Amino acid sequence: MNDTFSVAELTVYIRDLISADDRLQDVTVQGEVSNMTRAASGHVYFTLKDSKSQIKCVMWRSAAERQTRLPDNGDSIVVHGAVNVYEQNGVYQLYADHVRPLGVGDLYRQFELLKAKLDAEGLFDPLRKRPLPEFPHTIGIATSADAAAFQDVQNVLRRRYPLARVVIAPTLVQGVDAPAQIVAALRRLDAYGGCDVIIVCRGGGSIEDLWAFNDEGVARAIAACRVPVICGVGHETDFTIADFAADVRAPTPSAAAELATPDSAELRYGLDELTRSLDSAVQMQLEQRRQAIDDANRSLRQLSPLAQIRNARQRIDDWTARMDRAQQARLHLLRERLGARAEALERANPKAILKRGYALVTLSENGERVISAREAKPGTGITIQLHDGELKARVEDKDTHERYRRTLF
Amino acid sequence: MNDIDALSFESAFAELETIIDQLDSGALPLDESVALYERGRKLSARCQSLLDTAELRVSKLMEDGRLEELG
Repeated sequence: MNDTFSVAELTVYIRDLISADDRLQDVTVQGEVSNMTRAASGHVYFTLKDSKSQIKCVMWRSAAERQTRLPDNGDSIVVHGAVNVYEQNGVYQLYADHVRPLGVGDLYRQFELLKAKLDAEGLFDPLRKRPLPEFPHTIGIATSADAAAFQDVQNVLRRRYPLARVVIAPTLVQGVDAPAQIVAALRRLDAYGGCDVIIVCRGGGSIEDLWAFNDEGVARAIAACRVPVICGVGHETDFTIADFAADVRAPTPSAAAELATPDSAELRYGLDELTRSLDSAVQMQLEQRRQAIDDANRSLRQLSPLAQIRNARQRIDDWTARMDRAQQARLHLLRERLGARAEALERANPKAILKRGYALVTLSENGERVISAREAKPGTGITIQLHDGELKARVEDKDTHERYRRTLF
Repeated sequence: MNDIDALSFESAFAELETIIDQLDSGALPLDESVALYERGRKLSARCQSLLDTAELRVSKLMEDGRLEELG
């Protein structure tokens, strides 16, 4: 065996080693794209690198034409292919047959894994969510001080609730250093202690731009705050781990500011309502008392002795009238009866009888009427009364006769 | 009652609500009702003036915990 290789022999030797390795012939590798060139032939050349190394990559036209999109410089991608040696330059290269952007698939999986993990820990438990204060005195904000998002938030607060005070803890909201800064800003606001609510926010961007808000440390720092946290990152459709960890998720930074505050227009309206209620409450009190006084007056009038006296007088009048009527009726009756008696009396008047020739005999000594012949003995003085005068006489004799007595009386 | 001028919006607002509840209950002597009404009116005016004059104050919380007023 010859100890010395020619360059070509060595290169072929290395090539054979590499091409015999199954792993190297079916390999997937991720890195960042640079030196991207597409030659007139249609073949594509680029370098794949990370912070420590790089590897040259070739994609033949046939493979390049099958890709939905070719990567740009700076893209993070995942490449599939086979490693081989380019003998002429003595370099090993990755011959790519497929590339895809790293962003979508892997970031999504990372997101889902972290979300599942924190969810399992109970970090997103609805029971952990705290209600927002109705009238926040001081609103803490963790965001970039220079960004449009902070301006949007301030504009909303100025319009809705200028009574509030804003304390911003500036932080990067994008890039590799952002998560640590966001965590520090949240801790600073929490330690400050004067905030009633904290907003952590960032304007819209690509999924990579928002990635700091899918950081585990950020999620934990949000959950650890002693006051409620509102998270407003990106747009309506962007959901981040920070959103789930926050007490309230807002679709945008402006929406976070709205959720954090009452609307002063509504407050003015509510204040007007309250003031009207106040007026009507006291009006009602006065009205009730006026009513009570009226009622009391009425009762007093009803219970007054004057009224009783008036009533009694009326009753007496009534009774008197009734008595009068009864008396009249009674007198009338008596008068009628009296008339009847008078007539009867007249009919029985002895003087009338005397005129017809009859006489009334009395004892002269005592005036007693003599009714029976037996009552006057012979010699007795009698007075015979006629209709026009009296005769003094003396009984000479008598002859009692039953028949006479009957006839006379 | 000068203390009203020192009340925050929410304190004044909350007290106003309490006063209305008290008045609505109708169990108070008239002079107390009138006194409460007058206080309620002042609280309402306080809230109104706070809303009218409020200007958002913004300050920056520095890394050392100091507050720095922003314009």
